[in-house]
Amino acid sequence: MSGVDPHIWLIAPLVVPLAAAVFGLLAGRRTRRAVALTGHVLHIAAAAGLLYTVLGDGALAVRIGGWPGPFGIALVGDSLSALLVGVTAIVGAAAGLTSQLGERLPHPLKAPLMHALLLGVCGAFLTGDLFNLYVWFEVLLVASFVLLTLDRAPLSIAAGVRYVAINLVASALFLTALGLLYAKAGTLDMAHIARLVDGDTGHTLGGVAALLTVAFGIKAGIFPLFGWLPPAYPAPPPVIAALFAGLLTKVGVYALIRLYTLIFVHDPWAHDLLLWLGAATMTVGVLGAAAQVEVRRILSFHIVSQIGYIVVGVALYTPLAVGAAVFYLVHHIVVKTSLFLVGGVITDAGGSERLDRLGGLRLAWPAAALLFAIPALSLAGMPPLSGFFAKLGIIRAGIAADATWVAVLALAVGLLTLYSMLKIAHAAVLGPAPDDAPPRPVGRARLWPIAALAAVTLALGLAAGPVFEVCLAAGEALIDRTPYLEAAR
Amino acid sequence: MNTVILRTAARYLAPTLIILSLWLLWRGHNAPGGGFIGGLVAGSAVVLHAIAFGPVAARRALRGSPRAWMAIGMALALGAALLGFVFGETLLDAAWVDVPGVGPLGTPLIFDVGVFAVVVGAVSGFTLALWPEGAEPGAEEA
Repeated sequence: MSGVDPHIWLIAPLVVPLAAAVFGLLAGRRTRRAVALTGHVLHIAAAAGLLYTVLGDGALAVRIGGWPGPFGIALVGDSLSALLVGVTAIVGAAAGLTSQLGERLPHPLKAPLMHALLLGVCGAFLTGDLFNLYVWFEVLLVASFVLLTLDRAPLSIAAGVRYVAINLVASALFLTALGLLYAKAGTLDMAHIARLVDGDTGHTLGGVAALLTVAFGIKAGIFPLFGWLPPAYPAPPPVIAALFAGLLTKVGVYALIRLYTLIFVHDPWAHDLLLWLGAATMTVGVLGAAAQVEVRRILSFHIVSQIGYIVVGVALYTPLAVGAAVFYLVHHIVVKTSLFLVGGVITDAGGSERLDRLGGLRLAWPAAALLFAIPALSLAGMPPLSGFFAKLGIIRAGIAADATWVAVLALAVGLLTLYSMLKIAHAAVLGPAPDDAPPRPVGRARLWPIAALAAVTLALGLAAGPVFEVCLAAGEALIDRTPYLEAAR
Repeated sequence: MNTVILRTAARYLAPTLIILSLWLLWRGHNAPGGGFIGGLVAGSAVVLHAIAFGPVAARRALRGSPRAWMAIGMALALGAALLGFVFGETLLDAAWVDVPGVGPLGTPLIFDVGVFAVVVGAVSGFTLALWPEGAEPGAEEA
């Protein structure tokens, strides 16, 4: 074997967070911080290695434990997985850094659990086996359950109980679907299933598809299954909420993308249904946001709305649409994490979540105001930020696929998104400060990771050409399927 | 629970459970058993000890904190996985060493020991965390 086997890059993004979690548990009070931050740096390096290798040499796969396929569990890294692992490592590091900078003495379990969460997310993005996907979901869910309730506040516990309950329902549906699928296909290897159902019109596995769509739909928060999300995400402390907002629903969306581009590709009816669901999701989410008066509740409804755009992209099922959905996903993870982080800064500075109790941030703390403006305008789709190109891609794909109504709807939803971002800006940033409680800067160091994420948003926007090309190639590869199937044999 | 019968029985039962758990762990890689079930049995020995002699004594019997058990167990499992990568073809690949008189020993055993430690840590950690306050048995604790 000459040089480094490229498949080391599939393993590294999983081994690094696991090792960081283990050493974080073993570390003493003084070394804990160093272990956590080293883990994030190495995770970014590992993810960058994966991305570089996959973009250079094409999709990679390895059968863990050396068992031959389809019996062994495969890790598969195509461009979609590699891009998502990369952006996961970046937002994970930003959240980890914020936690370390903003808190004098973080809970000793916090950093290890955050690494465990990142492990689960990256594992879900990389696995090529449906049961293994279930296991990764559980890994990230267990970590998220504990993170959600770590501060033992009554609000967090209440949100945690609801969150656990809804996720157990989703997991049970997922497991049921896996049982049915295994009984029918005799395999849970995604590539193997994809080959088996080739030429099938999709009706054989219709029940499985429906169950999986509901299970992933709950996790992703699509219409009409998103009800659990807006109350759950504002409950935990800002750093945890930011990590959840950036990553957790996106794992569900990723699973939907994989499902509807790799396995259930023969039934146009399913894609039509998905298109309607996506359109409803983005509309209902943005309307829900317009009615809210608390910062992070508004942002939570926007997660739902943005998920709708991505689902629409997948449902249109053209290379341009799927590529735009991939770009949207990458953009969304970065922007949503930084909005939740900066939302936490705003509410901590003002001492309240409610818009009518906030104000005057522009004068009191201009840096924070600017760092709110960048991701907020990006989310709303203002050029030249990344959100503009993400929305443009979906809209163009809608027009090109003769679904002009979706394109028009996407434009309208974009306007309403801008409206609710302006609502936060108007009340909390530009508006007058409440007389009795003027905002005061708290934890200035917390702005650095947010600034780094804002820089990523700007870079995604300014380098939209090359990045979009990568995403388009990813979309083409997803529709083509051969790169994935060739790699995972 | 502060009864002579339970404490006398626990003194013999807990070591028996530990031996049973180690036997389950040992036969696990080829026969029903393994680190998970062994860890559950060993964890139940810790719980029995806690019921008979109180949570403080159980913590002392564990030697380390439940969290440390879990961390060391995960470290062993991770180490076994990485040994497979170094000496075999990929992560979690099994690497074997022939030990005279015992037979081949390999990374799956290390992995199982890791699982064992994680489960012991988890079971005793959950139980001790949920122990009601002030449920210590009387001062005559052995």
